Amino acid sequence: MGASLPGSVGVVTPRKIPFEQALHLDCGRSLPRFDLMVETYGTLNATASNALLVCHALSGDHHAAGVHGPDDRKPGWWDTCIGPGKPIDTDRFFVVSLNNLGGCRGSTGPNTPNPQTGQLYGPDFPLLTVRDWVRSQAMLADHFGIQRWAAVVGGSLGGMQVMQWAIDFPERIAHAVVIAAAPRLSAQNIAFNEIARQAILTDPAFHGGRFYAHNTVPSNGLKLARMLGHITYLSDEAMRAKFGNELRAPRPGFNFDVEFEVESYLRYQGQRFVERFDANTYLLMTKALDYFDPARDHGGRLADAFRHAEARFLVIAFTSDWRFSPGRSREIVQALVEAGKDVSYTLIDSDLGHDDFLMDIPHYHDVLRGYLRRVADGVSS
Amino acid sequence: MSDTPLRPDLALIVDWIRPGARVLDLGCGDGILLAHLTRERQVQGYGLEIDEPHITACINAGVNVIEADIDDGLKEFRSGSFDVVIMTQALQALVRPDFTIAEMLRVGRRAIITFPNFGHWRVRRSLFGGHMPVTPALPEPWYATPNIHLCTVHDFESLCLDRGWRIQDRRLLDRSLREGTRMRVAPNLFAEHALYLLEAPQ
Repeated sequence: MGASLPGSVGVVTPRKIPFEQALHLDCGRSLPRFDLMVETYGTLNATASNALLVCHALSGDHHAAGVHGPDDRKPGWWDTCIGPGKPIDTDRFFVVSLNNLGGCRGSTGPNTPNPQTGQLYGPDFPLLTVRDWVRSQAMLADHFGIQRWAAVVGGSLGGMQVMQWAIDFPERIAHAVVIAAAPRLSAQNIAFNEIARQAILTDPAFHGGRFYAHNTVPSNGLKLARMLGHITYLSDEAMRAKFGNELRAPRPGFNFDVEFEVESYLRYQGQRFVERFDANTYLLMTKALDYFDPARDHGGRLADAFRHAEARFLVIAFTSDWRFSPGRSREIVQALVEAGKDVSYTLIDSDLGHDDFLMDIPHYHDVLRGYLRRVADGVSS
Repeated sequence: MSDTPLRPDLALIVDWIRPGARVLDLGCGDGILLAHLTRERQVQGYGLEIDEPHITACINAGVNVIEADIDDGLKEFRSGSFDVVIMTQALQALVRPDFTIAEMLRVGRRAIITFPNFGHWRVRRSLFGGHMPVTPALPEPWYATPNIHLCTVHDFESLCLDRGWRIQDRRLLDRSLREGTRMRVAPNLFAEHALYLLEAPQ
């Protein structure tokens, strides 16, 4: 992937934006100040009406598109979708992508210094909710002079932030694009998260979250957490197609070395994750997922949570996604219909599983492109 | 889209819709009816569709479209949540048309249903000659048709009577989708298309 490729936003430079005012959090605590790491693509128009916010999922960050240098071979996590002429068209939108608060890629989080102690926050960093993120993103919008997003777009945990935007700031979001998400986690989803957390928390190298001071990382725990997560991101069929259950050697070795392709894949993915991700952030992100439930404040009725939303919605699900299955997206759609909101829903035929929201499946991108083209047309008229 | 005149049968449906109604259109196609109703009647409308190009066309037209198979039922929609549920030219392709009409009248206060009349003289002439009909209203040969539950105007009205669905209005159209004297004299013989406005039993 080079910067010169058509459809690429090219070389991008992240920026750290400081916020010197306190942010009050759902847990009752507050952050005295914070930074958000941000990338932007495209140009904000004179009326700041063409802004589009991209919200990232569990392990995502601000680097959604483009590359960080001419020799950078790995583009941003949603480069298939963001760029000139792509569904999120940077010729028409000013795209804002951030590393969420509590993240580990430059925004204030467990691996950044606590201004009150001078030490890294570690386990003292407060647990966050999707609402907290949306509140911090609203401050980010203020920073750019954006009164109202033309659209807020996100997949998975990112889709949850999109819904929260429509609920908490109805007048500040014109279109909500909710992809491969769920209105709240199922017991099964929370169970997977809990096992991932236990893997980290029980790793002796975790040191109660103060592993930085011990010059170590709970790599075994974080690796296990990621391996478990990866299973839920892929469909049974995709795993079968990718790995089969073939032995790598001619016959069983009767030991616990890597013998099957899928073992090798999971260990590799886990190891790579350890190199780029923070264990405290992983704990925080999975908790934010678990806590997300906009219906909770409305007597368990999701339609009531959406009652004051003003955005138009596009909801997209994938047939092979079992982490947040199409049935979960239909719950969102039914609540929106019941609340009398404008909503379209499409179910994309897919093979890979939850991760399909990152792929450039033709019908998926046609729908997204068609929808966002109208959004852009509405902005310029 | 706004410049092309609406197909005559769809224009008749528009006359049955009150301004500001909540409308569900089953098998909404490219969304032309809903787009028109939104513009002319300020309805809050949603279409159900399963065909990918149609879904994309609806999105491109700014019509609310929800991917769903009518044969799977309308169970995710609450009773009485719509003023009217529309289904044009899909009845004959359903697995259980009677179940679907009952669902339409559960979800909506009224239902609008259109279908090709299998009692039309062209159909009868084909059958009398020993062949399955291929007519302007039923263009596909027997082996390629999606139509599995064809009915006549008489059959449809018998079903309505049997189930207690009240026929509030009906329009009978010729092959060019126009009304006329012959359709009034012998509807089951001369109508190629039938439009019904139904209400649930009280």
